[in-house]
Amino acid sequence: MKQVEKRKNRLPSSKMAKRNNVTGYLFMTPFLILFTTFTMIPIAVAMGLSLTNYNLVERPEFIGLSNYVNLILEDDVFLKSLGNTIVFALLTGPTGYIASFLMAWLITLMKKGRGAFALAFYAPSLTSGVAMATIWLIIFSGDRNGYLNNFLLNIGLITEPILWTKDATYLKWVIVLISVWMSMGTGFLVFLAGLQNIDPSIYEAARMDGMKNRFQELRYITLPLMKPQLLFGAVNSVVGAFAIFDVATSVAGMPSPNYAAHTIVAHLYDYAFIRMNMGYASAVAMILFLMTFIVGRICFYVFRSED
Amino acid sequence: MRSVILDTLTGKRVPRRVDFAHILLVLCMLALVCFTALPMLAMVCRAFMPLDELYVYPPRIIVRRPTFSNFSDLLNSLNASEVPFTRYIFNSLLTTGATVFLTIFVSCAGAYGLAKFKPRGSKTIFAVITSALMFSSYVTQIPNYLIVTELGLVNSYWALILPKIAVAYNFFLVKQFADQLPDSILEAARIDGAGELKVFWTVAMPMLKPAWSTLAVFSFVSNWNDYFSALVYINKDAMKTLPLALQTLAGGAGVVARSGSVGAATLLTTVPTIVIFCILRGRVMQTMTYSGIKS
Repeated sequence: MKQVEKRKNRLPSSKMAKRNNVTGYLFMTPFLILFTTFTMIPIAVAMGLSLTNYNLVERPEFIGLSNYVNLILEDDVFLKSLGNTIVFALLTGPTGYIASFLMAWLITLMKKGRGAFALAFYAPSLTSGVAMATIWLIIFSGDRNGYLNNFLLNIGLITEPILWTKDATYLKWVIVLISVWMSMGTGFLVFLAGLQNIDPSIYEAARMDGMKNRFQELRYITLPLMKPQLLFGAVNSVVGAFAIFDVATSVAGMPSPNYAAHTIVAHLYDYAFIRMNMGYASAVAMILFLMTFIVGRICFYVFRSED
Repeated sequence: MRSVILDTLTGKRVPRRVDFAHILLVLCMLALVCFTALPMLAMVCRAFMPLDELYVYPPRIIVRRPTFSNFSDLLNSLNASEVPFTRYIFNSLLTTGATVFLTIFVSCAGAYGLAKFKPRGSKTIFAVITSALMFSSYVTQIPNYLIVTELGLVNSYWALILPKIAVAYNFFLVKQFADQLPDSILEAARIDGAGELKVFWTVAMPMLKPAWSTLAVFSFVSNWNDYFSALVYINKDAMKTLPLALQTLAGGAGVVARSGSVGAATLLTTVPTIVIFCILRGRVMQTMTYSGIKS
């Protein structure tokens, strides 16, 4: 108390506030400069470029909403990529999210072997999609030598090997499966930490009050207490689910058979860095941005904390 | 239920009541672990398989006669080509290391400044950063490419480092943790006459260790595995990073003869992230406790 008074005497509070402002901003300067340069300005530039025709050589030419109109009305491949992205996102996002929550929940119920289970479950999301693709291509190889074909032939489920990565109908499911495999992601760790952080006495108190089983606990105690973590996990899985690219291109190739694994990001890459049509590609980027942002806001609404 | 699962797993004590649901639960967990672990197991084994085992029919997952020859093939014979494989490892280590190092300092300083000094406008700044969590980096890729080109950084290490230092996700993680730092300890250091930089460096940074260890893991994993940046910014062979080099190695002509090397390269690309995670796992868990978003 004495010391605080001494400090106050040394510096009047308005001066203190000013000094805090300056020091605070000094600490934040490096981050703010880089963040503005490589995130904030780029978002604005991408919005602007999406209204232009720009090929890197000539000056960008303003063409209004033409890029968007063309994307939606003329570009069948884009519509296909949009459809694929939505299907991939709907299948992998929630599956990965729910699986990682369940896994985290089950692991906290265990007393031994937590670390090993956690690692076995989390390791896939530490791997590089491009590196693992070399293994996936062997697992899903279209001849009898592929692990999956061999297994299915052995148990008699199929009689002829299936062209998993060449046939458009199977390819989609292969990509979904691999993406789910990789998407246990950060959600898992956040959930695990959140679960371990819940005070056990809350559960005990609830049991006294007549809480019957673990599922009731989950519904009425665990989930409400974990809203902030659930939201963080959801936002991350939304962003990840809409951005499937590495896996799809390295397993299916680019362009993939019948565009079955063509995603929005693949379309963006194609127009931006192969065809050098930056304006059009920026419009694709803005649509990706809008999709993730809207779904992200919905997550914020669903997982809002009441306090 | 807690003990039933455990006892069923370890078989220590006969559970009083083993019902169908519990067995199903344990089976589901084991099935899930098989699903996640089998491809990893195949990946590890293939790196050590001699060529004849790689192409044996029926295909094997488990290696019978493990060998290191795939690794020596990868590291030696490829040295004869223009760019030795070790160069890609070096490129990946250097760019990932530098990015992790810089993002730790920049994010910690920024988050500390925002959380502990709460300068005017900090609420708005934090709201902007939080909403930036919802952009995927692909959205800003085109303007970033233009900026990197404008700065003359294409085909340089900086192209792979500079755009990835100030990441909203990293800032967010540290900020949530920095909020919990007790002001009294910082104040005590100030009264002892330490300057603000010294307080940050000798008092705040050690206390933020769980946060920046987590950041180190996440940043290492995402940058080490980052394929898109190198794809966009790098077109010189000698500047490629591991994922890009591995893709080149795994495709094209003569791939059957190289499949041993591909297996070794895949393992070399995968192992570092897992090692880093294992080392820092405990600290990661400590930070993740604070990482929720209150909306």
